[in-house]
Amino acid sequence: MTVRITDHPFDPAAEAAALSRGRTDIGAVVAFSGICRDSEDEGKIASLTLEHYPGMAEAEIERHVAEAEARWPLLGVRVVHRVGRIEPGETIVFVACTSKHRQAAFEAAEFLMDYLKTRAPFWKKVEAAGGANWVEAKEKDDAAAARWTKSAKQDAAE
Amino acid sequence: MKILYFAWIRERVGKAEEELELPAEVATVSDLVQWLKGRGEEYAFAFENQKVVRAALDRVHVRPEAKLTGAREIALFPPMTGG
Repeated sequence: MTVRITDHPFDPAAEAAALSRGRTDIGAVVAFSGICRDSEDEGKIASLTLEHYPGMAEAEIERHVAEAEARWPLLGVRVVHRVGRIEPGETIVFVACTSKHRQAAFEAAEFLMDYLKTRAPFWKKVEAAGGANWVEAKEKDDAAAARWTKSAKQDAAE
Repeated sequence: MKILYFAWIRERVGKAEEELELPAEVATVSDLVQWLKGRGEEYAFAFENQKVVRAALDRVHVRPEAKLTGAREIALFPPMTGG
C-alpha cells in the first residue's frame, strides 16, 4: 500500500498509472478522485482549507487500507489526501485499488472512501463570499460507513 | 497530559495544544471535557455541545467513556470531514 498526505496539488492520473506500471497480474484498476467544486448550496466557493491531525491521519488511513486488504483480494492500494489550501478543480483525495477481477477493486475503493469521509482526522473549512465556515459532517456519510460494518458481520456469519 | 484541539474546537479554545496536570478525579474522556468546560468561557463555548465532541487517545479513536490512564496524548475535535 501507499498512503500519502501532501500540501501540494497532485496528478491523479499519474498516481493511478504508478499503481499498475510494469505489472501483468492486474486485471482491474478502480481509481476514484474527490475534486473541489466551485460551489456549495450557499453559493460560490473560493477555496477549501483542510486541517488534519498529523500522525493520526496517516495511521488511520493505513489501518483502513490494511482492513481492505484483509477483506478483499487486492493487488495494491494507493491513497493520496491533500491538506492545506485547495482551489476549485484540484483533487482533494485519491483512492485506487487493483485486483485480478473487478468486484474486489470496486468494493474496496467504495469502502475506503466511506471510511475516509467519517473516520480520517481531517476537517474542511470553506472560504466563500460570506466568509469562512467549517463544513459539517453528514449523517449519510456515517450511514454509508456503517453498512460496511454490517457486511463484515454477515461475511463472518456465512 | 498533552491535549490537542482541532478545527472549530481549536478556534474556540484559542490554542492548538497545551500540557495540563489533570486532577485524579478526571478519569475518562467525558470527565476531561466536563473539567475543561470549567476552566474558562472559551472552553465552555468550545465544548457546549458534548454530543459533537470526538476524541482520540494516543492517536486512536475512543468513546467518551474511555479511561485516560496511561495515555500520553489526547485530541479533542468535531466530527471529521475528510475524504
